[in-house]
Parts: sequence; C-alpha cells; structure tokens
Amino acid sequence: MPNLKDLKNRIASVQSTRKITSAMKMVAASKLRRAQEQAEAGRPYAERMGRMLASLAANVQDSGNGPKLMTGTGSDQVHLLVIISSDRGLCGAFNGAIVRESRRQILRLQSEGKTVKLLTVGRKARDQLRREFGSLIVETYEDVGRRRLSFADADVVAQKVLAMYDAGEFDVCSVIFNKFKSAISQIVTVQQLVPFAVEAQADEEAAGAEVKAIYEFEPDEEQILAELLPRNLSIQVYRALLESAASEQGARMTAMDNATRNAGDMINKLTITYNRTRQAYITKELIEIISGAEAV
Amino acid sequence: MADKVEFELVSPEKLLTSQPVDMVVVPGSEGDFGVLAGHSPMISTVRPGVIDVYEADRVVDRVFVAGGFAEVTETRCTVLAEEAIAVAEIDRAKVEQQIRDLGEDLEDAKSDDEKARVEAKIAIARAKLDATGATTH
Repeated sequence: MPNLKDLKNRIASVQSTRKITSAMKMVAASKLRRAQEQAEAGRPYAERMGRMLASLAANVQDSGNGPKLMTGTGSDQVHLLVIISSDRGLCGAFNGAIVRESRRQILRLQSEGKTVKLLTVGRKARDQLRREFGSLIVETYEDVGRRRLSFADADVVAQKVLAMYDAGEFDVCSVIFNKFKSAISQIVTVQQLVPFAVEAQADEEAAGAEVKAIYEFEPDEEQILAELLPRNLSIQVYRALLESAASEQGARMTAMDNATRNAGDMINKLTITYNRTRQAYITKELIEIISGAEAV
Repeated sequence: MADKVEFELVSPEKLLTSQPVDMVVVPGSEGDFGVLAGHSPMISTVRPGVIDVYEADRVVDRVFVAGGFAEVTETRCTVLAEEAIAVAEIDRAKVEQQIRDLGEDLEDAKSDDEKARVEAKIAIARAKLDATGATTH
C-alpha cells in the first residue's frame, strides 16, 4: 500500500510544477503579443522595399547585367544554410522541427554531391547539430535579441553572409526558420536568400499602375540595386528572426498550456489515490478495533 | 498650395511617420531634392543628412537620417531610412564623444575593410553634428 506521506509530497510537487508552467505560459503569451506587434511594425518597410526592388529588377533584368547578388555566381556547388532556432528549450517541437528539416536538407544536398556550410542562430540548433555536422558549422550566434530583437542584430548575421558571399565561400544561401502561422501552428520554412529571386508578387503588383510608372533613377539602376540588395538581405534575415521569435513564444505558450493541463490531471489522479488510501487505512483500523472488542 | 504629397518615413523596425505635407526636401546622394505633389516618379539613394518637412512654406519638422532610399511617385514620397532621429533630439555632446571614439577605432582598424566601415560611421556622425548646427531657423 502506498505511503500516505509520499503521496502528499508528490501532490505538492506536482502542484508547484503546475504553478511554474502556468506562469511560463502567461509570460510566453505576453512575449508573443510583443513579438507579433514587432513583426507587424516591420511589415511596411519590407513591403515598400519589395515594391522598389520589383520595379528596379524589371528595369535591370532587361539589360541583363544585374549585380551578383541577384544573378548568382553561375554555379550551385556550395550551399550555405542559415538555421534559426531559439536559445532556450521548453517550447515543444519548435527546435526539433527546425533541426529535423535542417538535417533533411543537409543530407539531401550532400547526396547530390554539394558542399554544405551552416550558420546557426540560437543555442539549440547548434547543440543538436554539432554532433552530426559539427565540421560544417561556420559560425554560431547566441543570445540574438534576448531583450528585444533589433535590426542591428539581424544586420550582424546578414553582414557575415555578405562577407562570405563576397569572398566566394558559397553560391546559394537559404534560411531555415519557423514561420508564424498561429500560436498553435508554426511552419518550418526554407527561403532562398542568395541569389535573390524577385518573387511572384512582383507580377501581381506590376498590375498596379504605380509600378508601371517609369521611374527616374538617381544614380543609375545598377548602383541603386547594388546598395538595395544587401539591405534587402538584412531585411529578409530580420523578418525571419522576427517570425522565429513569434513562433518560439507561440510554441512555448502551447507547450506550457499542455503541461499545465497535464499537471492538473495528474493532481486529480494523485488526489483520488491519496483519498482512497486514507480511507483504506481508516477502515483497516476500524476493523482491528472492532474485532479486538469482539474478542473480549 | 493645392495638392499635398503623402510623406512616409519608414525604418526597418517601424513606420515612423505617414502624413500629408506640402513639400519635403530629401538629401539625395546626388544632391538634395524637393518633392512637391506631382513630382515625376523616381528612386534615389539617400546620403546621411536632414529631411526637411515643409508646411505652407515653413519648416515644421526636421529629421536626421543615416542614409537609405527614397521612392517618389506623383502622390507620395517614401523614405526607407536606416536610422532616423528628430534633429531636436540629437545630443551634441554624445555625438562628439562618438566621433572621438570612432577616431580611436580608426587607428586600431587593421584591414582596409574595417577602416572603410569605421570611416562610413564617422561620416554619419559628422553629418549628424552638422544637422544640429543648423537647427536655429
């Protein structure tokens, strides 16, 4: 028969766990709101930059000598993957999903005979990929945007990518991150950064009269593009980081919500066991007393 | 003045201003240009400097930007700024200190790349300082 004291301790410990997880859930919820607001605030810049790029690219593509960041190096032998994860755990399948997708991509590229290099953001991806692909990791970043994700944080990563590209260390660069869909659903997304593909949205926006307008350029298209593309890369990295930050908090919120509920179930079960056991003890003692009295 | 032009100032982190104004003067990399309603569409790079916002022939707002891009259409002027701060909020002493610090960095810089980066930062800080000098209108 289980010991009453042990059961009591067990219940107390699960209760305090529940307190912790429900506090974490609330913290994650408020962080999530902030992350979402930030992602929202960053949207206008990205939109306008996309619009400018679309009209510029349309002009330059005709001339056929765009900058290297857009046209690529002409080969696709060396791939650089920027993997964005979190620094902390306890956020459900968030990091697991990223690592699984990364591993899949790496193996696929390697089986095609390509060289793969990795740039990891966040402690978790590094820890989990280090054992298998340690030699591929070029650089890792930790504590990115611990307090509040700023554009400068993203710029650090983007500058590294650019420096590597200029040095000819890779041909194609993609970023792997969790795209925020809702608090309970995050989608692992692979997005190509270099060479930069002017997306399909350019087409639908071209329908708008504004894009059709003939722009004057000052200085010329190529020079503007040469400045705009690196900036765009930083923006893409920044957006990926924002999405990932929001996803992380969403995933954590869900995970902690589940944990809180599980703890509640466990407490109920333990309480029932505790009460039954107590009852059994009482009954047993009563029987002993009664049978003792009868014997006299 | 008949029409107004929609002036938007955007930084990567948020939309800073979006308001109809009479005229904006943007420090383009090939010279300052004023934008009135009905300006021909153009895209330009922006050098570090001050954007003047005009309302009925008077400067109502002065914003320092550390470079970026400007897109002008007939009804709108969008500036994508890398860093933007209202001129009135610039702290002269702080910027001077920054320039001194950067000067030291420049001496420590080893590679040409690093040097160029620090020099660019100094140019931005200098422009910021110039901006404060011309605030009294």
